[in-house]
Amino acid sequence: MSPSRGRRLGAFVFLSPGLTYLVVLLLVPLAMVLSYTVFQRGRFGGVVYEFTTENFTRLFDPLYLGVVVESLKMAGLATLIALLVGYPTAYLITRLPGRWKTVALVMVVLPFWTNFIIRVYAWIILLSGEGLINSGLEAIGLGPYELLYNQGAIVTGLVYSYLPLMVLPLYATIEKLDPQLREASANLGASGFTTFRRVTLPLTLPGVMTGSLFVFVPSLGNFVIPEMLGGGKSSMVGNLIRKEFLSARDWPFGSTLALALIAALLVLLVVQAWVARRA
Amino acid sequence: MSRTRFTRRLPAAVAVAGLALAVAACGGESTNSAETATQATAAALDPNADLTKQSLAVTVWAGYTPEKLQDMVKEELKIKDLTVTLHETNEVAMTKLTAGGNHGIDVAFVSGQYAQALNEQGLLEPIHAELIPNLANLYPEATQLSYDKGNKYSVPYTWGTTGICYRSDLVKTKPTSWNDLLKPPAWADKKVTLMTTERWLALPALKSLGFSVNTDKDEEIAKARELLMAAKPHLLKFDDTTFGDLLIKGDALMVEAWDGWCPTTHEKQNIKFEVPKEGSDLWVDTMVIMKSSKNKEAAHAFINYILNPEVHRWAAENINYKVPNKAAMEKVKIAPGSLLGIKPAELLNGEAIIDLGQASTKFSRLSSEITAS
Repeated sequence: MSPSRGRRLGAFVFLSPGLTYLVVLLLVPLAMVLSYTVFQRGRFGGVVYEFTTENFTRLFDPLYLGVVVESLKMAGLATLIALLVGYPTAYLITRLPGRWKTVALVMVVLPFWTNFIIRVYAWIILLSGEGLINSGLEAIGLGPYELLYNQGAIVTGLVYSYLPLMVLPLYATIEKLDPQLREASANLGASGFTTFRRVTLPLTLPGVMTGSLFVFVPSLGNFVIPEMLGGGKSSMVGNLIRKEFLSARDWPFGSTLALALIAALLVLLVVQAWVARRA
Repeated sequence: MSRTRFTRRLPAAVAVAGLALAVAACGGESTNSAETATQATAAALDPNADLTKQSLAVTVWAGYTPEKLQDMVKEELKIKDLTVTLHETNEVAMTKLTAGGNHGIDVAFVSGQYAQALNEQGLLEPIHAELIPNLANLYPEATQLSYDKGNKYSVPYTWGTTGICYRSDLVKTKPTSWNDLLKPPAWADKKVTLMTTERWLALPALKSLGFSVNTDKDEEIAKARELLMAAKPHLLKFDDTTFGDLLIKGDALMVEAWDGWCPTTHEKQNIKFEVPKEGSDLWVDTMVIMKSSKNKEAAHAFINYILNPEVHRWAAENINYKVPNKAAMEKVKIAPGSLLGIKPAELLNGEAIIDLGQASTKFSRLSSEITAS
């Protein structure tokens, strides 16, 4: 056996469990979902195998397009806030002495040890009319404010839930950055801000992209947070897809919405890969 | 080099394999012809069949039957085995029962309008009344349900209605009309909720306008939409799971609720239920026997056993839903404040929700429009 064939065999042996898993449990269902997009709805869910393009026409109905735009806005806003909060956090963590770095990183990841639903539910307790924040504000003579069941609450929930996914990749890129580059910049007379703008930020851009993607993608498809914190008063694409599958029993249109979401995310991934390669 | 070639070609190969499998899967399912409604014809059943040779598979909502049902049924009916599978919603059950292939279900618990739809597709075995002597325990009203008059293919298990559940200690005036939710008075602004599930989202608006809950007329649905759009800014939220808690905590003062979910028996006795004067719905959860069942004698024996007052009262006492079984309800101790006391005649004032077929997409769209606005 030639060494190259041996390597190939080895690669195959090591890859096959993961590949089988992906093919059987991800790609096949995905292909099925995508194939539904050109068929018609069955009366009780399921699919009637008669060709139609109606699902795609419906996608451009202002109603659904509006939901897509609204979701993009909310997920985008959540990503931006997460970036503005996450970048300084990650930056500071890299400046901590060794032992504290670990402590800080563990604290960033800590929320993941608790169930997602419970953490989102905690926000209801914080934000509700009789909740902690409003009672606190009342004690100092303010409020009560309407904090829960609106879009602000949804964005808050999204930022909270996915902030760690922003901090970690940012930390990894900032940590790798050679401190001597910053020193060189300072030696050449650049102010702190100029150094950040012209040296640190461009070099950590791949981390910014990765972190933003990690926050944006799950935010865009989320349906739990809009339902729990948004009170069902505004819907995101995720809610729409869920509704089409479960209550409207329109699998083909649900699949079409899912396809649109996947397509949008693929574009983002390509952009991210391009930025990462350039850096 | 060989490694890169290997990994580059792989995605394409995987995609092709995936597609092939998907196509194969689709082909397998295409027996699902939704519109092949055949007239229900009764099978010849043997009243003296040997039940020890028959096994039953039942699908039912979680928590909807006694936990020990399996042992109880096996002990009482001496059937070979009973498997209970659970479904989350009617829709899930329908998918299971209509998707073609061998689902193996003998008896299914589904809501009335779904039983109607299953029957229209020819999937149900007509009820052989002679094998279910306990049908005599039902209230006379329970045999006059609009989706299935005379219980030809379904047997009611629980029933109830939808109304306004409210905090009697906090409301300034008692709610009597759906408009109290749709146009809440200033003291209740942002303290009322409506349900999210499509037909129940539309119910208050349709009823307050004097339309049928089963309307499929575009102009009536459009009027209901206007009313709901105007109501939305005054709602706390749309909710069909936590409204009871919202009332108990005082976050909401009035909510649209199913009677069984309105916590009128809460220790503080400050929550009451009112069916608005414009009328409401009547929902019924039923038991049906699948035509595909090979254990139809055992299935009838099972339904007969459920209708036994001692068994059927369990539902009223444990899940707080009224049961359409006169003999069972007479045995139930009705707690103060409990809604179990609502009389069958009052329930029958409600309009039973029926399946709308293709027109149901109008209600899906309505609900998307309301939430997206």
